[in-house]
Amino acid sequence: MAVRDVNGLKQWQRRERGKQFAIWAAWLAGVAVFTYCWQLISEKTIWMFVLDSPRQAADLAERMVPPKWSYMSSLWVPLWDTLNIATLGTLMAIIIAVPVAFCAARNTTPSVYFVRPVALFVIVASRSINSLIWALMLVTIIGPGVFAGVIAIGLRSIGFCAKLLYEAIEEIDPNQVEAVTATGASGAQVLSYGIVPQVLPAFAGITVFRWDINIRESTVLGLVGAGGIGLQLDASISTLAWTQVSLILLAILATVVVSEWVSARVRHAII
Amino acid sequence: MSQTGEPRTWKRPPFIQNARLRWGLWLGAAVYLTLAFGTLEVDWGRVVEGVPRGQRFIASFFPPDFLSRWEEIFDGIYESLWMTVTSTVIGVALSIPVGLGAARNLSPTPVYLACRAIVALSRTFPEIILAIFFVKLFGFGPFAGFLALSLATIGFYGKLLAEDIEAMDPVQAEAVKATGASWFQWLNYAVQPQVLPRMIGLGLYRFDINFRESAVVGIVGGGGIGATLLTSFDRYEFDSAAAILLIIIAIVMGVEYTSGFVRRWVQ
Repeated sequence: MAVRDVNGLKQWQRRERGKQFAIWAAWLAGVAVFTYCWQLISEKTIWMFVLDSPRQAADLAERMVPPKWSYMSSLWVPLWDTLNIATLGTLMAIIIAVPVAFCAARNTTPSVYFVRPVALFVIVASRSINSLIWALMLVTIIGPGVFAGVIAIGLRSIGFCAKLLYEAIEEIDPNQVEAVTATGASGAQVLSYGIVPQVLPAFAGITVFRWDINIRESTVLGLVGAGGIGLQLDASISTLAWTQVSLILLAILATVVVSEWVSARVRHAII
Repeated sequence: MSQTGEPRTWKRPPFIQNARLRWGLWLGAAVYLTLAFGTLEVDWGRVVEGVPRGQRFIASFFPPDFLSRWEEIFDGIYESLWMTVTSTVIGVALSIPVGLGAARNLSPTPVYLACRAIVALSRTFPEIILAIFFVKLFGFGPFAGFLALSLATIGFYGKLLAEDIEAMDPVQAEAVKATGASWFQWLNYAVQPQVLPRMIGLGLYRFDINFRESAVVGIVGGGGIGATLLTSFDRYEFDSAAAILLIIIAIVMGVEYTSGFVRRWVQ
């Protein structure tokens, strides 16, 4: 109980003195680091441009309206490509993520000392590198186009799906697995009757969740040449066709809203 | 139980109970996949041609070369780190009012709708699109990247904060209110202690995301390690690029480990 004596009266405090000091010191350190970082950014910024930016923003906004609606006819194909990149990429990711997740989960891995660290490294490496950077590399290897985008999205999503899936596998109820083992089931049968039914809802939820994120990410892959609506966005920005840019942004907004709605509905139905 | 000649076998129940829906989904998936693969123009010739090129390409990543571009890599990583720190701090600070406003049990409907709209808007566009526009408005450099990351943080953190507040225990909140606490006291003593541990964890998670995204905003001129990475790709210095990627992975792993540690300490 944090109570302090003030002139013979006991006064309640929220925390002990030591803890209060620790929190205060953490705040001091945080503020110092932030101020230092802010100063570094401020040195690299041309404040003239920042002061000028409201006028620039107004100018840009003026050039962006009204959206050039007639341009929509040439956006359907890129939108379809974007959808394909996200869907096929997610499909590829889950096909690879499932074995990785089973290798990474403590209770199903073949070897805690050899296989598990490798699987965990695959997960971290795939998660740390953004899909745009994967796309940048893949465009150099397999050439620009939708295919590079699919692989980039796939590689980026492996880590995400495998991480959530292996956490779900580690949380399963061991009693059911034991019961299936007690019937004399082989390893593969234990997997298919004892473990898979327990993680299947989580697995479906993760897949749809990642698909929704991938729709959002695949809209920008075109910026580095990996297909989808990002190609049109890049081309329109480079040619300063701002009325087309605003239409593309609206199209992206609509796609994302629809995909989020679909994903929410499906997850609601599963869980 | 009627006795028949055949031995009875058990089949596990299907995942989707409704048979019509199940077959409909399979059919839909099949149709979609045929259509998708039909329009996916894979130039297999190019892919086959790319295999030896890919091997050479991957070989040219090894061994990673940390030394010959060390100055640029260090500057880039350092810049990414400050962008991450400032954008996480500012983004989280700005998302607290937004998150409070977007919690249905705390705010009146007009405020709720306005804050939800802010969250939805800043969540829709990927960081890199925001960065393109900020580079146009504020010029090249870390400031544009910093703004893009902060704005994206508001959407992410505000949404999760609002959901956490909506899921809090109303009994404690009512107890504090019954003591006659003012609105701010109520917020500080009833709401904040309930959401704080999770929010610290999420703040660290967002720090991690912002660091990863700071590698991307540089591609469009928003400062940070991305510019260095793009330059090393453009100059075909893949060994330096490999070094940069390894450093990014190492830092992400470090942040993830620290955040796990801090989260255990807070809870």
